[in-house]
Amino acid sequence: MTPTARKGRRDDGRPIVQEASTREERMAARVAAWRDRWDRQSKRDIDFTSTSSMEVAPIYTPLDLADTDPVEDIGLPGEYPYTRGVYDSMYRTRLWTMRQFAGFATAEETNERYHFLLDHGQTGLSVAFDLPTLMGYDSDHPMSEGEVGVCGVAIDSLADMETLFHGIPLDQVSTSMTINGPAIIFLALYVAVAEEQGTPPDKLRGTLQTDILKEYIAQKEWLFPPEPHLKIIVDMMAWCADNAPKWHPISISGYHIREAGSTAVQELAFTLADGFTYVEEGIRAGLDVDRFAPRLSFFWNAHNDFFEEVAKYRAARRIWARHMKERYGAKEPRSLLMRFHTQTAGCSLTEQQPENNIVRTAVQALAGVMGGTQSLHTNSMDETYALPTEKAVKIALRTQQVIAYESGVANVIDPLGGSYYVEALTNRMEAEAEAYFRQIESLGGVVAGIEEGFFQRELASAASRYQEEIDARRRVIVGVNEFIEQDERLEIPILRIDPRYEREQCDRVKKLRAKRDDAKYQAAMAGLRQAIRDEQNLMQPVLDAVRSYATVGEIVELMRDEYGTWREPSIF
Amino acid sequence: MTEQKIRVLVGKPGLDGHDRGAKVVAAALRDAGMEVVYTGLHQTPEGIVEAALQEDVDVIALSILSGAHMTLLPRVLELMREAGMNDVLLTGGGIISKDDMQALAEMGVGQLFGPGTATGEIVEYIENWVNNRGAKVGTTS
Amino acid sequence: MASASRTPEVAGLLERFVRGDRRALARALTWIEDQQPGFEQLLHATHAGLGRAFRVGVTGPPGAGKSTLTEKFALLCRRRDQRVAILAVDPSSPFTGGALLGDRIRMQDLTLDDGVFIRSMASRGRLGGLATTSLEAADLLEAFGFDVVIHETVGVGQTERDIVSAADTTVVVLVPESGDAVQTMKAGLMEIADVFVVNKADRPGAENLERALTATLGLRPRADREWNPPIVRTVAVEAEGIEELAAAIDAHRAHCQKSGALIAKQRARSADRVCDLVARRIDAHVWERSGGERILEQALDRIRDGAATPYSVADEIVAAVGFGSETEQEEGA
Repeated sequence: MTPTARKGRRDDGRPIVQEASTREERMAARVAAWRDRWDRQSKRDIDFTSTSSMEVAPIYTPLDLADTDPVEDIGLPGEYPYTRGVYDSMYRTRLWTMRQFAGFATAEETNERYHFLLDHGQTGLSVAFDLPTLMGYDSDHPMSEGEVGVCGVAIDSLADMETLFHGIPLDQVSTSMTINGPAIIFLALYVAVAEEQGTPPDKLRGTLQTDILKEYIAQKEWLFPPEPHLKIIVDMMAWCADNAPKWHPISISGYHIREAGSTAVQELAFTLADGFTYVEEGIRAGLDVDRFAPRLSFFWNAHNDFFEEVAKYRAARRIWARHMKERYGAKEPRSLLMRFHTQTAGCSLTEQQPENNIVRTAVQALAGVMGGTQSLHTNSMDETYALPTEKAVKIALRTQQVIAYESGVANVIDPLGGSYYVEALTNRMEAEAEAYFRQIESLGGVVAGIEEGFFQRELASAASRYQEEIDARRRVIVGVNEFIEQDERLEIPILRIDPRYEREQCDRVKKLRAKRDDAKYQAAMAGLRQAIRDEQNLMQPVLDAVRSYATVGEIVELMRDEYGTWREPSIF
Repeated sequence: MTEQKIRVLVGKPGLDGHDRGAKVVAAALRDAGMEVVYTGLHQTPEGIVEAALQEDVDVIALSILSGAHMTLLPRVLELMREAGMNDVLLTGGGIISKDDMQALAEMGVGQLFGPGTATGEIVEYIENWVNNRGAKVGTTS
Repeated sequence: MASASRTPEVAGLLERFVRGDRRALARALTWIEDQQPGFEQLLHATHAGLGRAFRVGVTGPPGAGKSTLTEKFALLCRRRDQRVAILAVDPSSPFTGGALLGDRIRMQDLTLDDGVFIRSMASRGRLGGLATTSLEAADLLEAFGFDVVIHETVGVGQTERDIVSAADTTVVVLVPESGDAVQTMKAGLMEIADVFVVNKADRPGAENLERALTATLGLRPRADREWNPPIVRTVAVEAEGIEELAAAIDAHRAHCQKSGALIAKQRARSADRVCDLVARRIDAHVWERSGGERILEQALDRIRDGAATPYSVADEIVAAVGFGSETEQEEGA
């Protein structure tokens, strides 16, 4: 749907019925009569808006879909524009992958956890790294103090990566790695470990997040200015297309944009705009769009407002398909598919009455499933306190299983398709996203928008508005500004990371530097520096560097030295 | 003579980049009439304390969501003491367990606020603290 | 009053200030900003010997990169062994009086250098681009021993005239995107700029901007015709063009020293300060001694009834301390 869908309506949303069929006329008369009755009713004194502060009508009817073509705009699953789902048979063939994100302390500890998970039937791994690793600092760097192994696993070199995947056949599991700035180094590390196991890159399955644009917009874990980061991403896309065709080199992520305070429409529009930017960069570098586009995947948030979220996923599929086909000339059907992972909204969890978070997560997860997600992570109730405990993680996983096996929602494909409300909301989100695309284009594109602070400003004002609504109690959050329990007693056990892991990891990386083959290391680093200066594809030189046991911090430092650093504009 | 403005440094020590909370709080403190020095992301404890000293703030408010608070907050407190900043409040917020809040309070850190705190509560806490401390006098060395 | 004897508090702070205690400097700046009792004593006691430090103003529209340019210029001054103080101003909200001061974000490489001192100031109601007490704060920083004091203005788009009297050399920073700003600010810009910077000069439009500036400069001769503001291209984030900027600033300074403009400016600053102080003193004196608040309170109803005017009431108040009357003279004439 495009904004022209509004034509033929008056400002109040009622249609100007002239040459409409008799049935439409009767419906319009009914709606008008209902509206008169509705006007006379008393209403609760609260804002009837979505979680994104979007006004919603009290009812939706066929009149709201008068300009929607059920064939071209909605269609069927597995066919263009894929509004109802990317596959023909969806969950009747295969349920979504229940992929819980995990990683803590050292590679050894995390490896044990992975073996435990694999022994219990899990087939996919999802690696959470600690902040120093995400920011490209070795564990013994002064900036890393107190952060090693806390939010995820600490990986400093190929030696740690060997430990992390010890005894895990990389030709049989699929691995998702949530890392962005140093993503190319982690692709190289994974390839190098697989190589040691005798698995060639073309057998590797998995995903790297790699999405640097949303780092500038939301999560703020960049290493260099946008230009070199984009260049490196194109290098990865090109290398994977040639060498690792089953690997997803990038997962374009709205999750963090939403967590940083955006509305649902902003999450939708900014993320897709990021995706288009990667496509344009690939094309500009001379890659055939159908060679890399099928390996692009997405990662969305699932927040509290059930229908808004479902409509967001449906709109995202339709927009992506339309733009890929019409704007970028993709011919391969797989290039048009917006496949995605979903995580429930961490920012919606409350510290107060934490057990309520189980219920919030269930509603959010249900939206992800009804929106046709390919994989799902459900948050644990205690994540406002610390890393989740095993029991809390188990409840989160059980939530997905109850939805999958007990609720019945997985029986029918796109069960909300055809709902007047959901279809109208899907149209509206598409139209509002298109308006954002035009605005971003007028700024000179996503990178110019980042440099100018456009996205940061949009997010800061949306986040402030949301908080003001809560503070003013125009938006009710159970247990926070209503239904408050005084003297609440907390009985949630907390998972703590022993500080000894940090000391051990620091010792380990120091020893590694002392004992590795220095000549080989120096040669690899010199090769990498030269490749950067010559603007070559960096994948091979980075592979050589990690094989020489150069540390993640050393490689990033060399790259920072060549590419420079980045400071964001100050935006509130 | 004009009134004494409450000056607050809002910053994010450590490596986590989740600045939504810090920005929302900074805007709320400004709207409450305070002067907020925002130092941004990835600050070291040394950088935070030196900036707080130059800016002569009444309050240092730090946001930490990475779990490194038991390293970073005591370090900031130690540096504040070394600099003689005994009339400055150290407060903040983030993903911090009640036990840790208790332990930090015993060291001398002010109240810490978790997710879901109304910004009004933070404003009120800072205003009360400054009122109880009284006016800024000549510092002691 | 400055000549009054020092309170023990002021004496204590001064003693530590003179010893070079940075925390005492920070607190003294707060006293000045808040105009706390004793702040004039501080300024009086530290005033002797001012006039050595070089004062640079950095102004320009929002997003021009003023803070980054200031940081890189300060780093260069440090390499020349100069101690640098920076006063960065952001606007106060006219409604709440609050302010968000974010300039430090872009000056992080300076934070831990003890030859640098950065103070963020809220404008506190002043509209000319500086804070109400920016000039006094600069004096105090100079007295503390800084060789260079940089004023970074609010930068909200309009011409920020305050900077002309505050700075010995004023740098106007523009970017290729600020073509429109050049049009609207044209007259003001030409009057205040001693040096122009075209920042982000690697972007498209830089040459057009430079051409537009050159053309406008040719059209508008300044009062001191002999100085033609140079245009320096920089890419501040990459620290490109900073040497050239410093050379242009140095050249302007040398020019002003030679022409006597530097001393004239310093004299004008002193004169302004004395005038301000006299006005402030008289104001305080009149209100204190005349019982003016009482007179005013009683007169408001009379003004409403038409029995008095604001002008006659002002006469009444100043007459109570023996000043002449404006309105009576008119009537008598």
